[in-house]
Formats: sequence, structure tokens, C-alpha cells
Amino acid sequence: MGKTSDAALITRVGVQRLIEVLTARGYQVIGPTVRNGAIGYDAIAGIGDFPVGWTDEQDGGHYRLRRRDDAAFFGYAVGPHSWKRYLHPPRLRLWRAQRSGDEMRIIDEDDEPPRYAFIGVRACELNAIAIQDKVFLGGPYVDPHYRSRREAIFTVAVNCAVAGGTCFCASMGTGPKVEAGFDLALTEIVHDGEHRFLVEPGTDFGAQVLAELPYRPAPPADIDTARAIVERTAQSMGREMPATDVPALLRRNLEHSRWDDVAERCLTCGNCTMVCPTCFCTSVEDETDLSGTMATRTRRWDSCFTMDFSYIHGGSVRSSTRARYRQWMTHKLSTWVEQFGTSGCVGCGRCISWCPVGIDITEEVRVLHEDECDGDDS
Amino acid sequence: MARRRRKPRLAVWKFASCDGCQLSLLDCEDELLAVADALEIAYFPEASRGEIRGTYDLSLVEGSITTAHDAARIQDVRRRSCRLVTIGACATAGGIQALRNFADVEAFISVVYANRAYIQTLATSTPIADHVGVDFELQGCPINKRQLLEVITAFLSGRRPTIPSHSVCIECKLKGNVCIMVAHGTPCLGPVTHAGCGALCPSYNRGCYGCYGPMETPNTRALSEWLQSLGMTPGDLLRVYRKFYANAAAFRTESKRHDP
Repeated sequence: MGKTSDAALITRVGVQRLIEVLTARGYQVIGPTVRNGAIGYDAIAGIGDFPVGWTDEQDGGHYRLRRRDDAAFFGYAVGPHSWKRYLHPPRLRLWRAQRSGDEMRIIDEDDEPPRYAFIGVRACELNAIAIQDKVFLGGPYVDPHYRSRREAIFTVAVNCAVAGGTCFCASMGTGPKVEAGFDLALTEIVHDGEHRFLVEPGTDFGAQVLAELPYRPAPPADIDTARAIVERTAQSMGREMPATDVPALLRRNLEHSRWDDVAERCLTCGNCTMVCPTCFCTSVEDETDLSGTMATRTRRWDSCFTMDFSYIHGGSVRSSTRARYRQWMTHKLSTWVEQFGTSGCVGCGRCISWCPVGIDITEEVRVLHEDECDGDDS
Repeated sequence: MARRRRKPRLAVWKFASCDGCQLSLLDCEDELLAVADALEIAYFPEASRGEIRGTYDLSLVEGSITTAHDAARIQDVRRRSCRLVTIGACATAGGIQALRNFADVEAFISVVYANRAYIQTLATSTPIADHVGVDFELQGCPINKRQLLEVITAFLSGRRPTIPSHSVCIECKLKGNVCIMVAHGTPCLGPVTHAGCGALCPSYNRGCYGCYGPMETPNTRALSEWLQSLGMTPGDLLRVYRKFYANAAAFRTESKRHDP
């Protein structure tokens, strides 16, 4: 965690320099940028690639870019992409096998991923990465592909100055203030004088990189301003997870009629699992060539909303929409805790915004919760 | 694996269709020699007049059944085929010509043809699976040539083809596309449509037209309600479902809900 005594101030020039320093150190710098009507994460060369002066309007099944009245770099919530795309790629070739005569030779992949520097990682996203760390690195079976990417990253976090319409990190205890898991943390101060950024190092390496930037020590007033910005964000969340023991609530309601209700609305399209920064499931696909001499094994993102996902001999275990939605939500919010010691949800709101029909995970929990509360009253 | 004594024989059959799916095989320019090397192309009138009569290890069937003659012919094709794979919207769902299923064919005939006496047609256009057993159905209007190669390759190696039947949305997300329905408000059939095209239209900011038919568990009713909130009228909804896959059960049922 950044110590306030180490806090520094940089300007836009300093952020540009940060990108240059990281690039010079061999990192591929990934950050927010406007792509096809949304703020996604992609390779960036300089501050001109940032979504300068843009923000996002979000609601269930709804996302629109909107102009801000300033030139903020990070004045938006989170977009359709998450860092999962880089740490746990959508498709990954695992190995190939070549046959010659009666011999078969396994050809290992040279999985040498780029060293990524992530700029603009939010508190919810740091928590999502920490959750995926538990999934991929925590048990006896470590995922080498995730590890090689994860261990090499340089993380520049950003404290949220705005909350999106579907954000609920405050009620999940996962934001909006970044607490851990970063090399440098920025807080953007865009009003109130000069456009500037409070920088707090989270690691020694982060402090080394900061030392290469044109900075000045942060005055106490700016530290207070930065704190006030994050506190205001915490007060303006668009959504809220009900303040109750959600894992136990769901365990008690596995046969609630609400699952039938949501099944009428759910498209089983899988979008929620694809945009979720913690959903980690994959399928393995084998391909062969026409001559039958080369086979390729590829891993790709899969979703518990597909029929193939739970297919075993004879059919799919979870063939109804009710069973699939319940599986996803109870895993995310309840059984995940038993499995990994933490909720699988960080309150980023992506599953709400990017659901084509606006199904709201906080609303589904609220209905179950209020139904129990009503029962207590009677 | 022991080498086969002879190459498996491939036949490509045409019923009521536009030939576009058969062309997907000829469109495999780089892989065509490998296909010909692995299979004996024994019957393929679109490509060659040469014909080897008898039985076939793999039959690819394009087109739907629209005449009594074709209804009898598909029985013969089935008898002569070890494996029968239907390709495309016509063969798997009846195709665009299944629009006749919602109308009066006699009325069409009187408008289109000068002399009705020469026209012998059924009142419906139906998929091959309504008439004979089918081993695998490859969706698409037209089919994707990569998927066709996967089906042929899987047949050759005796494995199940890797042809996911989930939504187009998953293809969009794997590619990193921004959802055009959520971010632009563009109506899109992707959430109820079978994957396979590689999310072609949404990748170019066009809503999915449903060219690959219904996905495995399509919730068309819920999508329609959302599309109406985006401004589509019942007439619009009738037309979006009543296209290439008009006769596929999920789209047929949904279009009827919006048919005045």
C-alpha cells in the first residue's frame, strides 16, 4: 500500500513520460482507449490514445460514450474489456502433435508472452486479478500460462473519480479506493486548478519508475483532495449489493421461484461470463488436419451458459436456463467462497451493462433478500 | 491407425438450394488438393461431370425438399450413404424458400408461371432431417468453409466435429468486439443465433441477421421484448425471424407471435 509520505504529483507530461519509461523498459503498454463506441483496453503509445474528455453512461443492457466538460484521462467507469483478456487470453494454443509413420511427436508451444504494463487498473479490477491469482496460482495445479503473464506485469492503478451506473464495488468491499496489488496508483485531479495526478508507489519497483518521472512532492492539500474524490465516488455507486450474508441467502433459496422468473428473461448467450473479470472457465478443442498427421490442442474461454459446458455422456447436466443461471450466480456469489475463500464478484457491474437484456445480479439478490425479510415481518 | 485400402468416397448432393454451400467446398482453394488427396470425390456435379455410381462413405447434402421427386430421391441418397451430413440453412431448416410454408403456394404459382400444368411442387419446403436420418447438421447461409473442413476432417479421423452451437455473442466476445446492441443500440439477433460465422456482421457494426439459425437454447421471446424497447415494431420482428431460417422451430414460433 502506498505510503502518503511517498506521494508525488505529476502532470500530463509526467503520465506521457510514464508511458515512455515503461515502453523503454520493454513493456507493452496497455491502457484505456476509445474503440468503436466504448472505452476498451488496447496498446497505447501515448496520452493521446487515452479517452481524453470521455465518460460512459451505463445501465442494464446499456452503455454510451458521453462527452465530459473537461479533458480527464480516466473520467469513466469500466468498459467491456477486462485485463483478463491479457492475463488469461480468450484463445491459447497449448500444443501440437505430429505423426510420422507410427511415431507421434509432441510439439510444445513457446509461450513467451509480452511483458505487459497495465495503465488505468481500477480497484475492482485489482481485486479481480487477486481472485484469478487464487484460481490459477493458489492450488497445487498452477496454470503456467497465467503465471508467466501475471508475474511480468507492471500495474498502474487509478482511483475512481466517477462511479458508473452499474458499479457496486463499495458494497462488495472491493473499491473504489485501490488498496493493494499495484506498482503505482494514480488519482486524477482535473478540476480545482492544474490537471494533475497524485502518484503513490505500491512497490519498490514502482518507486524506481516514479523516480524517472518529472514529479514534485505532493502537498497535503492535494492528498486531501484525492481522498475526497474517492470518497465522493464511493457515495455515488449506481448499484448496491444488499447488505446481508449473500452466500447463505443463496444457499437457503436454491428452489426459489425467482430462478424461473430470471430464466424467462435470460438469453443463455454467455455475455455475462465473458465480460466478468473473474470468470475463468475454458474449454479445450482439438483439431486435426486433413491428412491426419498434425493435431492441435487449443484452449478457449467457455461459459457455464452453454450446453456443452455441462455435457457428459448422455446429455447436459444443466439443460434448463434456470439451472444454468442459478449455477453461475450461486457460484459467483456463494460457492466461490467455499472454493476460493472469497466472493467471485468484485462489483464492477459489467455483467449488468453488457447483458443484452439488462439482467441485474444485484436486483436478483435483492428480490431473494426482500422476500425473506417480508417473510420475517408476517 | 491402419491405412485404409481405398480413400473414402465423397458425394455432394443438391436439392432445392442456391448452390452457395456447395461452392464453399470449391472455395477451399488452398485446401482443395488436400481434400482430394484424403477423399475420392465420387459424385459432385457442381464440380465435375465424372460420376462414380454406387455407395458413398460421406454424403454432403445441400438444399431442402420441395417436390415429391426430391422426397423420393433423398431416400435413395440415404440408402447409398454411410454418413449423411446436411449443409446450410436449406438442408437443415428449409431455407429462405420455406417462406412458402407461411403462404399459399398455389397463389404464387398462378402469379409466377404462365402455365400451371408444368409445375409440380409441394406446399412446403422442409429440411432433410424431416425425411431421413441425418448424422450431422452444419448450419449457415451459407456455411463457413472452415467449419466444412472441420466436419470433413472430423469424419476422416472418426471424431466429433468441433462446431459449437452456442450464441454468436461468445464469438464476439472472444474477438474482443464491443457489443453493438449495448453500446450502439443496434438491434442484433446474435444472442439467439448459432455461432459459426465468426461474428461477421457485428464485427462490422451490423446487427446479426440470424444466418446460422437458432442457437442451442434460444430465448427469442425475451430478446424480442428487448428489441421492441429499442424501437422495433411487431412487423420488424416478424421480418427479422422470417428470413433464411424462417422454418427453424424457434424462429418460426417467434415470427408467428408477431404475425397479425
